[in-house]
Amino acid sequence: MNVMQPIDRIRGGVHEKQRHESGHKHVTGTAEYIDDIPEPAGTLHAYLGLSERAHAEILSIDFEAVKSTPGVIGVLTAADIPGENDISPAHRHDDPVFATTKVEFHGQPIFAVIAETRDAARRAAAKVKIEYKDLPHVTDVMEAGAADYPLVIDPLRLERGDIAVGFAKSKNIVEGEMRIGGQDHFYLEGHISFAIPGEDDEITLYSSTQHPSETQHMVCQVLGVASNAVTVNVRRMGGAFGGKETQANLFAAVAALAAKTYGRAVKIRPDRDDDMTSTGKRHDFHVGYKIGFDDAGRIEAVDAVFSARCGFSADLSGPVTDRALFHADNCYFYPHVRLRSRPLKTNTVSNTAFRGFGGPQGMVGGERMIEEVAYALGKDPLAIRKLNFYGGEGSNLTPYHQTVEDNIIGRIIEELETSSNYAARREEVLAFNRKSRIIKRGIALTPVKFGISFTKTEYNQAGALVHVYSDGSIHLNHGGTEMGQGLYTKVAQVVADEFQVDLDRIKVTATTTGKVPNTSATAASSGSDLNGMAAANAAQQIKARLVTFAAERWGVSENDVAFEPNTIRVGADRMPFSDFIRMAYGARIQLSAAGFYKTPKIHWNRSEGRGRPFFYYAYGASCSEVSVDTLTGEYQVDRTDVLHDVGKSLNPALDIGQVEGAFVQGMGWLTTEELWWDAKGRLRTHAPSTYKIPLASDRPRIFNVKLAEWSVNREETIRHSKAVGEPPFMLPISVLEAISMAAASVAEYRIPPRIDAPATPERVLLAVERLRRAAKNG
Amino acid sequence: MTVQIRNSIRFLLNHRPVELSTVSPVQTLLDFLRLDRSLRGTKEGCAEGDCGACTVLVGRLLDGRLKYESVNACIRFVGSLDGCHVVTVDCLAAPGGPLHPVQQAMVDTHASQCGFCTPGFVMSLYGLWMENPKPSVEEIEKALQGNLCRCTGYAAIIRAAEAISTIGDLGRDPLVLERETIGQKLAALKDDKRVVIGEGVERFVLPASVSDLADIYEAEPGARIVAGSTDVGLWVTKLMRDISPVIHLSHLDEFRRITVDESGVTLGAGVSYTDSFPIITEHFPQLTELWNRIGGQQVRNMGTIGGNIANGSPIGDTPPALIALGATVVLRKGRQSRIAQLERFFIEYGKQDRQPGEFVEAVRIPFLDENARYAVYKITKRLDEDISAVCGAFHVTFDDDGKVADAVIAYGGMAGTPKRAEKTEAVLKGADWNEASIEAAMDALGSDYAPLTDWRASADYRLLVAKNLLRRFYLETEGAEPVRLDRKTRRAV
Repeated sequence: MNVMQPIDRIRGGVHEKQRHESGHKHVTGTAEYIDDIPEPAGTLHAYLGLSERAHAEILSIDFEAVKSTPGVIGVLTAADIPGENDISPAHRHDDPVFATTKVEFHGQPIFAVIAETRDAARRAAAKVKIEYKDLPHVTDVMEAGAADYPLVIDPLRLERGDIAVGFAKSKNIVEGEMRIGGQDHFYLEGHISFAIPGEDDEITLYSSTQHPSETQHMVCQVLGVASNAVTVNVRRMGGAFGGKETQANLFAAVAALAAKTYGRAVKIRPDRDDDMTSTGKRHDFHVGYKIGFDDAGRIEAVDAVFSARCGFSADLSGPVTDRALFHADNCYFYPHVRLRSRPLKTNTVSNTAFRGFGGPQGMVGGERMIEEVAYALGKDPLAIRKLNFYGGEGSNLTPYHQTVEDNIIGRIIEELETSSNYAARREEVLAFNRKSRIIKRGIALTPVKFGISFTKTEYNQAGALVHVYSDGSIHLNHGGTEMGQGLYTKVAQVVADEFQVDLDRIKVTATTTGKVPNTSATAASSGSDLNGMAAANAAQQIKARLVTFAAERWGVSENDVAFEPNTIRVGADRMPFSDFIRMAYGARIQLSAAGFYKTPKIHWNRSEGRGRPFFYYAYGASCSEVSVDTLTGEYQVDRTDVLHDVGKSLNPALDIGQVEGAFVQGMGWLTTEELWWDAKGRLRTHAPSTYKIPLASDRPRIFNVKLAEWSVNREETIRHSKAVGEPPFMLPISVLEAISMAAASVAEYRIPPRIDAPATPERVLLAVERLRRAAKNG
Repeated sequence: MTVQIRNSIRFLLNHRPVELSTVSPVQTLLDFLRLDRSLRGTKEGCAEGDCGACTVLVGRLLDGRLKYESVNACIRFVGSLDGCHVVTVDCLAAPGGPLHPVQQAMVDTHASQCGFCTPGFVMSLYGLWMENPKPSVEEIEKALQGNLCRCTGYAAIIRAAEAISTIGDLGRDPLVLERETIGQKLAALKDDKRVVIGEGVERFVLPASVSDLADIYEAEPGARIVAGSTDVGLWVTKLMRDISPVIHLSHLDEFRRITVDESGVTLGAGVSYTDSFPIITEHFPQLTELWNRIGGQQVRNMGTIGGNIANGSPIGDTPPALIALGATVVLRKGRQSRIAQLERFFIEYGKQDRQPGEFVEAVRIPFLDENARYAVYKITKRLDEDISAVCGAFHVTFDDDGKVADAVIAYGGMAGTPKRAEKTEAVLKGADWNEASIEAAMDALGSDYAPLTDWRASADYRLLVAKNLLRRFYLETEGAEPVRLDRKTRRAV
């Protein structure tokens, strides 16, 4: 055995600022997305034919012009589906691949054209002649309620205490309502699937999906084959944000169906406009609320109904509207509370997962109620927030009866108040507004508490597969998908840390249902929590075997075998990792393991509205200052300071990127991103020319983003880190609140501004006008 | 004189010459790269020139100078590339070689997440770096107005852009080192021949000169003239419209001339927003913000003022501003040219004062009088790269008593065409320049316009903001206090 000098630490272990594993490929254009995969000879292309009515019976379809278009191979409809014409992820049989006798939203797929080229398929699809009989349609959520449209799934009710008692003792009661708009994901890579038929009933699929296992299951359901026939692969997605959790299944099913029908590889990629028209988005909400509070601003009772525009089918609307209720408390203790969801059917595309999964809408509703209390009492909203934070025994129970055990919002807020100089700047803003006639400013500091875990308990499990090859290189595979968040990098860092080898020794390979089965969606911010633990578990199994081998081989105690940086220490001797692995292989030690993890402690009873749905909470806060032009409603974010909790960060560089990105994406949702349907039920904001996500020039003019470096997850998560994907999405509620304050200045802050989201310049100007009129009249 | 004809187009693609004799008139550069050449580093995000994932650089000689500009490959037709050098992300770093400084900066600052938009950002930043090695944050933001990123929130990308000059030396960049050679190669491709590709209706033509264009178009007035293709490109990619036969004109240097005389500025109809920026903002500094907010950088590099006018959009990026300045258009048919007031050119929605075979040859913008006050305001949902909900342009001159001698007010987004507010102007003419007159004028706006509600704005907002812009204009002439957001980026604290 060689005697080696120990080195300090490995390169690329946990808690280090490590580059994204694909960064060098992103910048050179060599990172391969599905549309970049070289097509086998004879590859065909599919294109969807979409409904041009919001709600109608289909009387007849004439495909003649479609089929006679040069290059067209055929047309597929529901009649060509050998299995079930259904891809409902909620298993409610309400989500057909192709509409048959009735269409329920404008843009619903009715058929697919298969052609030699994508261009031919697309042009041909536009030539169909469909005879419809129009039925009355409803696109708006409140109109759906008024028209007695059904709920797409059972609603949830969370109740604690007795609101009648709470309101009875409240000195002040305010009722109001708020509208919160939806959001298109606008992943830069649109939906795409590529299916290659194999022997027997086999299909190899490349799908831009966050949920390869569900895509596999849905494709099998449509084809009428067992799960073992279909393998779904995804190396990376060009963004997803929830938009590829269930929505990829449609495209995967069509590609697979066409591949099996014609015995050739088939690719399907909708144009951006069709992608935005025919796939689901963040749910728009209407919140009706009643809040009781004392003269100090302490909340006594809350009663709120969260109605959501779910679209024509259930999809994930049940858990999305549930999560809205789970976050309507944000960081605040409600002594008496009743929260109800109303997941309403509408004649719009079925809304789906989107970063935060209903949580943001719940939280915006909760923060609106805080704003009401503050304006009713003429106080700084931050004072009202701090007064109502969850505290100790007696004030730490959520509306769903989970005890908040890990509360750090007090420290977060205190530090951010200091670092952002909030109090002095608020005085400056008030002074500025007294002098400035046209430009008004606003400032707000808002907290975030976000529950981590899938509320569907069975999803909180994960698998990983680790191989150590005889040359000492390591192959890592796990059930999580890479959509840009850096999951592959973080999990590889965990495995590097376990084996104490440099990160470049580890290759992460494409997620595939063939290597790790029965995986959960990479969603709910859970990617590194679940897959990091599963990969660590796999590494630990291999390490245990290696330790036993070394102890036996060199006759030492197992305690005397240690994994040191790129080295194995046995007693006082050290040898390079790869030499050691070669010896272990020679001794016939199994160098491969499948790892597994399931989240402990969680349970949830939906019918009772009780349990511990969340393993832990992630916290954060932001302070934003804005300027508003009261002649036009235009605004800009002058400065934002963020302090965010990721526990003990696995990779601070990637986590900062998640926080900055989530902030700007959330700000877009609350400001310029507006979904607009016309009277015919057509979505008219279906491309970047009409749907405006933030640009570089929209980010705050000063943007200070920090992680709470002192935070350590008190639960046994992977290296005591916390999830980061979704929680920071809600930080920019401070932008909405700051805009509201600027608007409220025209009425001396005496009237609640009540600006709905998104706060487009139009909504801001109309609010300013309303407030001016109210101030004049009142 | 007989015009010589060539039946192929010739350009450089990265390091190689390309000659094509069969190209569809609707073949986009993006599909050509990805499908015909399997160069798949360039991505399709939107196919309408709004997201920038397909950004490539196109180098062209103008008056002997080789200039590279970022363009949207998704709406650029291959037919327009004759004599150009197309540079894609695929060639920035040699396989296995070191990353290009722009790429290295992006990696070092963690500026990519999903990576799909990244090649486009790299190319936009490369284009910026070549023109401006040490840009300010404002200049970086301007160069990135046409690039959407949904993951990073842009902060890391800005950090990357600032770091490039600390990583690499522009003097050692391949395109800088080889500039002379490439320029010679491109010059050798120019033979002043008319290029004709295809037959019958599947055909496009690159005229040899403006007079050749006039002859061709007079003989075939049903042909579609394409300048920057920032609008026509979408007819193809989104509406799947058949646009051939096509006449391209972006290669015509004589169409890209800008002349300044004592009475005004004349822009050839092929002058792009980018090309015109220095002259326009020198003589009309009030147009700086508008020019900076038209499209993104790629669209400004491609799009032309002539095209903007000729396509007659009801909103129009430049027409309200140019109408208020009293601009005229030079219309040409065959050997005949005539001059028309721009405001009369727009007859109604979708209809312009243009005869069959007649095309916009130039736009002439007269200088402002010394005592004139002029401003343009563009109102959008998002600050940059957005189409106006309302665009208002105000031009007022005063007599010796300080009364309004003349007022020209034009709005886009308020009617079927960019249109003057004649009743409002009438209220102001001869009036004192004070709040009372402005409020009377604001009231009159309601009789000038009955705007529509659509996804950009409601009718109520349009009318309200149109009135308020008039008030903003008045307040700015009074100069009492800031009435516009300052939009400046500041350093992190």
